[in-house]
Amino acid sequence: MITTEAVKERVQIPLVTETLSTERTGYLDGLVGQAKTAAAVFTQFTQEDVDRIVKPMVLAALEQAQYLARLAVEETKLGVMEDKVIKNMVASEFVYNYIKDKKTVGVIREIRERNLLEIAEPIGVLFSLTPITNPTSTVLFKCIMAIKTRNAVIFSPHPKAWHCCSEAVRIMYEAAVKHGAPEGVFTCLESPTLPDNAYLMRHKDVGLIDATGGPGMVKAAYSSGKPALGVGPGNTPVYLEKTADVNTAVVDIIVSKTFDNGTICASEQTVVIDDEIYDAVLNKFMDLGAHICNEKETRLLERTVIDPQTGFMQPMAVGQKAADIARFVGLSVKPNTKLLIAPIHGVGPDHPLSVEKLFPVLAVYRAKSVEEALRVCVDVNHAGGLGHTAVVFSRNDEIIRKFGEVINAGRIIVNSPGSIGALGAVYNDLVPTFSFGCGTGGGNSTTDNVNIYHYLNIKRLARRTQTHMWFRVPNQIYFNMNAVENLRQFPSRCTIVITNAPLEQIGHVEIVRRHICSKTHVHVVVIPDAEPEVKVITQGVEALNFYKADQIIALGGGSVIDAAKIMKLKYESPEADLEYLAAPFLDLRKRVVQYPTDKINRARLIAISTTSGTGSEVTPFAVLIDKEHGRKVTLADYSLTPDVAIVDPQFVMSMPKGLTADTGIDCLTHALEAGVSNYASSYTDANAMQAIRLVFKYLPIAYEHPRDEEARCMMHNAACIAAMAFSNASVGLNHALAHAFGARFGIAHGRANALMLPHVIAYNASVPTKFMPSPYTKGYVAHKKYATVADLLGLGGHTTEEKVKNLITATEHLLDQLAFPRSIAEMGISKEEFERAVPELVSIAFDDPSWRSNPRMPLMGEMVELFWKAYEGRGAAKPATVSQQQTV
Amino acid sequence: MAMIAVFLNIDEERMVAALQEAARSLESGQGEAVLDFSSVHRIDSSGLRAMEDFARIADEKAVKVVLRGVKIDVYKVLKLVKLTRRFLFVN
Repeated sequence: MITTEAVKERVQIPLVTETLSTERTGYLDGLVGQAKTAAAVFTQFTQEDVDRIVKPMVLAALEQAQYLARLAVEETKLGVMEDKVIKNMVASEFVYNYIKDKKTVGVIREIRERNLLEIAEPIGVLFSLTPITNPTSTVLFKCIMAIKTRNAVIFSPHPKAWHCCSEAVRIMYEAAVKHGAPEGVFTCLESPTLPDNAYLMRHKDVGLIDATGGPGMVKAAYSSGKPALGVGPGNTPVYLEKTADVNTAVVDIIVSKTFDNGTICASEQTVVIDDEIYDAVLNKFMDLGAHICNEKETRLLERTVIDPQTGFMQPMAVGQKAADIARFVGLSVKPNTKLLIAPIHGVGPDHPLSVEKLFPVLAVYRAKSVEEALRVCVDVNHAGGLGHTAVVFSRNDEIIRKFGEVINAGRIIVNSPGSIGALGAVYNDLVPTFSFGCGTGGGNSTTDNVNIYHYLNIKRLARRTQTHMWFRVPNQIYFNMNAVENLRQFPSRCTIVITNAPLEQIGHVEIVRRHICSKTHVHVVVIPDAEPEVKVITQGVEALNFYKADQIIALGGGSVIDAAKIMKLKYESPEADLEYLAAPFLDLRKRVVQYPTDKINRARLIAISTTSGTGSEVTPFAVLIDKEHGRKVTLADYSLTPDVAIVDPQFVMSMPKGLTADTGIDCLTHALEAGVSNYASSYTDANAMQAIRLVFKYLPIAYEHPRDEEARCMMHNAACIAAMAFSNASVGLNHALAHAFGARFGIAHGRANALMLPHVIAYNASVPTKFMPSPYTKGYVAHKKYATVADLLGLGGHTTEEKVKNLITATEHLLDQLAFPRSIAEMGISKEEFERAVPELVSIAFDDPSWRSNPRMPLMGEMVELFWKAYEGRGAAKPATVSQQQTV
Repeated sequence: MAMIAVFLNIDEERMVAALQEAARSLESGQGEAVLDFSSVHRIDSSGLRAMEDFARIADEKAVKVVLRGVKIDVYKVLKLVKLTRRFLFVN
């Protein structure tokens, strides 16, 4: 609460302690030491121990409520004895009712679904300053909260309320210790002074300052360098809107503003009344015992109760009766006048009564519109009441919400009394309190009603969560020779076949046509045999729209299938912004950008692959070339995954040897990288391992004997199976490096992968310089998984190290069988040219999202080394050995 | 190996008296005082004061104080009042 006196006394709390004698600091240190010991002993208490103490304390407070109220009024000369009794009872009974079943010791909450435990840790020693306006109730409240939370408190009451407060502390202490609380758990500073407060606020063994009082004290608390709960002044605006129940509103305001003669800082200060009801409201106030001041009386009142120098209320008026104030001011009012009401015409220094008045004087303002009313309320709120309390009376929910939005107050009380409403648990479900957090607007750290949880350090025990994973593939996959015949299962009114010219020329399109449901209108869109460009997509979408297609068949390699995926996306959701959808992300489940779910068209996408490598027929990825801006746009979302995949080897029987080798090694790289990926799961492992086995067995045969149906079939399946693995586990560093230098030197993707592969296996199998954070894996397992692959392939070896070595040798042997170059140098790239390119290659590779799931986090320097190893060639690649690289 | 000057099983109920008695029996420079805290589950303010007094007297007489079997809750109390540095702890 703010009073001039309080401001004078509290604002200038010294930040140094020269004024304290050694004897005094010894006394203060002794108090802290005693409290510290009590707090330490208290840490051993159980919830039952604590609750056994709290209840008798509350009963003692209730028993002494009248005694303490009388003491407070006698000593402070503020407020109303009967109301202070109520305050003491609320501070004990209502607070007890709120806290009695709350857990404040040990585990206080278990959030099973989040694998979290919240555990309470007491703060230790609290230094608590209490106000003159609500002295004993605040002490009772804080003592009860402190015991419930196992803290010790040193009280420094307002000097003019010391006696009643020290009695309250004594009563609480005796009740607590009698029922087992540690000795010294509460102490009350003898003859507290400002230097005492400053000293204790900075004491190393004080854990928290709990300052309820004026702004100076709150500021001093926050400036001390200690954690502080500082709550301070208010200036409560009230909007009495025309739809309100006038009778209820007027009674509530009188109840609140006269309660303890207006000493609660949440009490109403200025009531802004809609023009339509203004006269009726004032008449009702008069009927119920208020005196409405005329202009002259208002001037007289403001000159007397507001200090013209500071603009704050005069201390002599605080907590006094309306009739007494009127007499002092020289107003002629009825003896039982409850409230003095002064009409004002604005807010600010020219309208002195628009500030906080902790006595039964209320300003009223006549507003011509809702806008004006809200504006005046905002002005009052900003005239010393930020963060504190505001009140609205209305039946219009829209206006109530608007009021809540525009007013900055920790408590916005609706259709009920401000002061008692803000205390909580009487008129509403706010937490009962005697300390109002005022948020940053009031220079506080909280807007809460201060409660037991502010007296605790709440620790969160976070168990490792078994993160949910996924395995998503097309609904239907048809495989093996003549699988294309299954096309007839899919009824369609109009089908568009997306393909490229060579496939049409060799008759593949005709084969597909033959198996499409009869009665289906089939149209073929031939696109270039290259990564799709924006204009290609546009043309395809135009065709889809023109024919109103309900089915798309993508017949081709990765580029054709990618194009079809994007065409489908744009056909179904024309508003989809491809550049926006390509925004980078780290975790698919937490990505910022969401793919559209509103679709104006629907088309089934059937992908028929004609190469055995990319596996695009089952993946959720698509790459687009944006020639206009000279870049690749990579789209990734499971909504891109084709609905149906057909893996029919008849379409790959004519693949040339080079393409067979390149796509086959691309497939192997997919499987190996998915196998050791940080996103790998048992589901993806099953696919990855099987794909690796198939590649090692059948790729050399398919390469040497292209017409071998079994080898072609198995390699075609392997590509699809590997793609199912990496669609869900992602790829790794090999792909990031291969993307960079493949693009830079125009090297086919599979070939670029091949040049890196042995080196990346050796790299991933050794102890990482930097581990990759991954909630999906336990420990570092890449080397063990490579060893498992070696076992699966029957490569021999006794130790993990030997098995990794054998896998690398087998991979190199496979690459030799497929006649891959052994080094980048063999590709005709000069050392100088490569040296010039490496920095940029590393930069590009580092930006490539592919390595984010790599088991080992690559450092840029390590990428440089890997590029040079690949440049120099496989002969230089050694599996991890103890002497060269420590194995895990 | 240090000589054990005092070996005492601390009984939670009689802690203060036991420590006072043990303090009286300490002789200068005579090795270690071993206090077995295995049966102490909780310590109160008077117990802490007795511990502090015992540690002071042991210091004055150059006797090391070893606490055996201190429960973690009790250890935390000693830590909070900064008494742990005055003792050696063994299981």
